[in-house]
Parts: sequence; C-alpha cells; structure tokens
Amino acid sequence: MNSITIESPSKVPAEAQRSPGYWANVLSRLRADKVAVGAGIVVLLLLGLALFGPWIAPADPYQSSMLSRLKPIGTDGYPLGTDELGRDMLSRLIVGARLSLFMGLTPVLCAFVIGSAIGILAGYAGGWVNTAIMRTIDVFYAFPSVLLAIALSGALGAGIFNSLLSLTIVFVPQIARVAEAVTAQAKGRDYVEAARASGANAFTIVRVHVLGNVLGPIFVYATSLIAVSLILASGLSFLGLGVKPPEPEWGLMLNTLRTAIYVQPWVAALPGAMIFITSIAFNLLSDGLRSAMDNKA
Amino acid sequence: MSDIDDRGGPAQPLLTIRGLTKHFALKGGLFGQGAGTVRAVDGVDFSVMKGETLGVVGESGCGKSTTARLLMQLITPSAGEVVFDGRTVGGRELSLKDFHRQVQMVFQDSYASLNPRLTIEDSIAFGPMVHGVPRREALGRAHDLLARVGLAPARFAGRYPHELSGGQRQRINIARALALQPRLVILDEAVSALDKSVEAQVLNLLMDLKAEFGLTYVFISHDLQVVRYLSDRVMVMYLGQVAELGPAEALFTDPLHPYTKALLSSMPAIDPDHRTEQAPLAGDPPNPINPPPGCRFHPRCALAAPVCSQRAPQPVPARTLHAAACLVHEPGSGHPMAAPQSRAA
Repeated sequence: MNSITIESPSKVPAEAQRSPGYWANVLSRLRADKVAVGAGIVVLLLLGLALFGPWIAPADPYQSSMLSRLKPIGTDGYPLGTDELGRDMLSRLIVGARLSLFMGLTPVLCAFVIGSAIGILAGYAGGWVNTAIMRTIDVFYAFPSVLLAIALSGALGAGIFNSLLSLTIVFVPQIARVAEAVTAQAKGRDYVEAARASGANAFTIVRVHVLGNVLGPIFVYATSLIAVSLILASGLSFLGLGVKPPEPEWGLMLNTLRTAIYVQPWVAALPGAMIFITSIAFNLLSDGLRSAMDNKA
Repeated sequence: MSDIDDRGGPAQPLLTIRGLTKHFALKGGLFGQGAGTVRAVDGVDFSVMKGETLGVVGESGCGKSTTARLLMQLITPSAGEVVFDGRTVGGRELSLKDFHRQVQMVFQDSYASLNPRLTIEDSIAFGPMVHGVPRREALGRAHDLLARVGLAPARFAGRYPHELSGGQRQRINIARALALQPRLVILDEAVSALDKSVEAQVLNLLMDLKAEFGLTYVFISHDLQVVRYLSDRVMVMYLGQVAELGPAEALFTDPLHPYTKALLSSMPAIDPDHRTEQAPLAGDPPNPINPPPGCRFHPRCALAAPVCSQRAPQPVPARTLHAAACLVHEPGSGHPMAAPQSRAA
C-alpha cells in the first residue's frame, strides 16, 4: 500500500481530487425527480413564450375585429377562439406571457434581494437590532397579503410600476422572516463560532459562511411565492389596478372576458387556465428544489 | 510578527484567568426579566503555563464548555479578565484579532464545526486568509497541514465534510485550528464524539503536534482516563466553580476534594475485584439557577457538616500547586475534620 504514504507538501493544489459541489448534487437529485423535471420543462416553455412571444404568435394580439367576436375554440384561423373584441386568443395568451410573468417574477425577485438583506442583517446582528427590524416587519406581516397589495396599489395609484412596487412590499416581510430564521439558526452553528474564533469580522463571516448556507432555503421559499405573486398581480390587473387595456395580460384578460362567461365559457376560462398552469408549475418546481436541497449529503 | 512572539519568558503563564464569571439572564415574565440568572461560570481563577496541558474535568453542566467559550472570547464574560502572556485581552494591550491568531479552539461536534458548503482546503485556509495571507499561500499551508494530520492533500483537499468520517473531520478541525500557527489550543471535548480506536489515534496526533509546534493545550473532557493520560495539571469544576486544581498524578492518586474523590471512584475499574456496585455520587448536580448556599457541593457530599451549608469555602487560587475549595482543607473553618486555626501565623 504505497498509495497512503504522505507525500511532501505540495505548493500547487492542481492534482487535487475534486468532489462535485453542493449545487451539482442538488441538480443531479432534481433531475431524478420526474415531477420537478416536468414542472421545469413547463416553466422553461413559459419563459420561452415570455421571451419570444411576439415572434411566435400567429396573429397580431391587438388587431380587433367586430365581425369575429367571441368565436369558440377551434374556429378556422382562431385555434383558441377570439375575445370580446375579436382579437385572436392564442396570440394574446402567447404575447401575454411576457407581461404576466414579468408582473409575477419581478416582485419576488426584488423582495428576495431586499428581504434577504434585511433578514440576514436582523438574524446575524441579533439583540435590539433584530427586535427593531422584526417588529417593524411584523406590522406589515399582520395584514393579509391580498388586502395589503390592494391597499398599497390603491394608495399608489394604478399602473404597472406601482403594482410591482406594492407586490414587492407585500413579499419583503415574508422573505425577511424566513431569512431571519435561517440566519439565526446558521449563526449558532459551530462553524460560525470557529470562524469568529479565527478573528474574522462579521462581514467576512456572513459572506463566506452564512450566505452559502442561507440563500438556498430563502431562494426555495421565494420560488414558492412566485405562484402567489402571479395570482396577486393578475388580481390587481383584474381589479384595474395593474396593467391597463389593451395590453395582453392574463389577469386583465380574465377580467374583460368575464362578461362573456355565459357565451363562451371555455374561451373565457383560458387566461385562468394559463395562470393556473404557471403557478402549479412554479410550485412543483419549488417543491422539487426543496426536497433536492433538503438532503443532507 | 513580533506581536505573537513569546513575551514574558517561560515563567510567565501563557494564560491567566481572573474572576471569570458568566451569568445568563433567563427570559421570562412580561418584559423578559426577573426570571433569574443561570450562574454558568462563577468566579473562576486559573492560569495555564507555557507548554503544559491543563485538563478540565467535570460533570455535564458544570460550566466546562462555557469556560472554553469565555476563554475564546466567543461570549463576553459578565465579569473577570483574560490575560494572555501578560497582556489583557480585548483592550488596548491585545486586540481580539491578535488574540485569536494565537489561541484556537477545536470543537466537539466535528461535523457541525465545518461549513458544509466549503471544501476542506477552503475551510482550513479561511483563518490565514482572514489574517491577510494570500489565498495561494493559505491553500499551500492548508495542504501542508492536511499532510501533517495524516490526510493526503491530493485526496482530501477538494472534498466536502459530509464525505469524510468523524475521525477524518476531527483531524481537519485540528488542522484548521493549527492553520493560524497558534500558541494555545483549546480542545473542547475534541475526542469525546469519536470511537475508542479513532480517539486514541487523534490523541496521539495531538501529542505529536504539541511537541512539534510547541503548543499549549487546555483539554476539556468528561473522560477522566483521557485527561489523566494527556494532562500535566488538572482542574476539576463543579457548578461553575473550581473544586480542585493540581498536578495530574497527585490529583488522581491523592485527591483532596470529596467531589474529586467521588468522580475518581466513578471511573469503571478494569480489575473486577475493585468494582463497586454502589453509585459514588447520588443525584444530579443542583440547578445552577439557584445554587445551594455555602459550599455548592454539600447536598451531595459524604463529608458534609452543618458548617458546609453556611459558609462557602475559599476559592482555589490561580497560583497554587495543589488546592481544593473545601472547608475540610481550610484550617479553622469550623468543619470537624478541618485542622485548627494555626496560631503561629
């Protein structure tokens, strides 16, 4: 067994045997999860629609036609029928993906950045800093998210930017709470103690030892909020607080088509179906991600 | 690097602890106060000489680990000071960062004390990089240390903690502690979680490293055999206080404090003729929230006299050859077994 003799100190760590990193392991476990893979494919397709929608759409989503209003699904030239102004539903659903996903993802992304920063600060600082931040957060947390989103949007005024802003404000407290909890947990671990014992300052410890162990769980929680955000954003548009007509956006389309629910129920249900599929896909992907990351090894 | 050189010469203790105290306030009540305090460590004095191994023993809950964290300045003491090689720690004399370059700690839980997201080499190189060593050099040092603790760097440097066994991980924790080239290493139950064969290997490694790098150890353990094997001097703690402090051989062969005697008789004897069915110590240690009045050990003590519940014994002084905090060994204390007050002095 010559192989276990200890060789002389090597200055260049080049020939070192590498193990796959944590995220490589998560990815390989995620790939074994059929539901998550399916959900991931749906999410990718939706993102593809959002990116390339205008080029994929068979017709102009803004072109209305008084003669072909509320055609049923399967009509010649209108595979998914037409809406109350005679616009091609398929094209509007495809082009609408961009705005709908933008309205759903942006607030979660912004809230992820802001909420993580606030939560990690509160969790790592502890003491009165933690109390001050978390009790302030609790004030927002006390409101039901739908109510808070509508109240903020109403106060700020209708419009895309304002509804993005209000949704971000809705999600920041939720993400901050999760971030605070996981950071406080990580702070108590021995490896953070060991890092403190090596004389590192708080910033370095957070950067090297806390972030890597904390961002994963926060990210998973944030992805589970995407579905909620999509529905809330659609709801705001439905109430006339978000996107304005004639922009194609699923929530707004659901609103304008609701008068036609007795005439063409299947066509009227299509935007709702898109919202449903999207939120289910994001939720399943998030679930898969969580169980893939839960594994200790 | 003059900061970390030997300053006071071999006669000056490397570490002197004076009146170290840590009280944890219990939360409770409407405004989170008034629920009492846990006296985890209550007025501990001792010193660690250069190059020695000081063993610290006691039951769980006696304040061993709190003492370790206080020494390491991971928690701030309620009172008392830590003096490192003649300089008070945390003040103007010796900054915390310079202190931490010279004093390192190995934790009990080998898995929890390694960041699961960092490779072994990054974990070891972290400390030197904090102190301004360039990454390449720090990694080189990490590889040297891996080889020194018996793990081939080519095989282990790029691995993650979960891929290794408990013994391997504890070797890595030792390598990490040594990466800053410290003078004092605090080993807080560092081998307690390992099985016996691995424990022996790691203990031998610790002894070799001590000789090679001229280290000083504070070895905290509940395992009396290991402490006896490793230590030059031993400190026995009971309920946050020092019960007895003395040279290892003297303390194990001729213990002064009744608590030490009870502890030693709780060691399972290998010879069946010396085994005893009788439990040497009855009951659990009292609650450190409301320690008993007088001597804290008197409710469980075989030698307890009425005076023991009224009068606290003198604490063990830091500079002593062998002493116990017990009224029996205090002349004129009023204990029937104590020597009368010497009139000559």
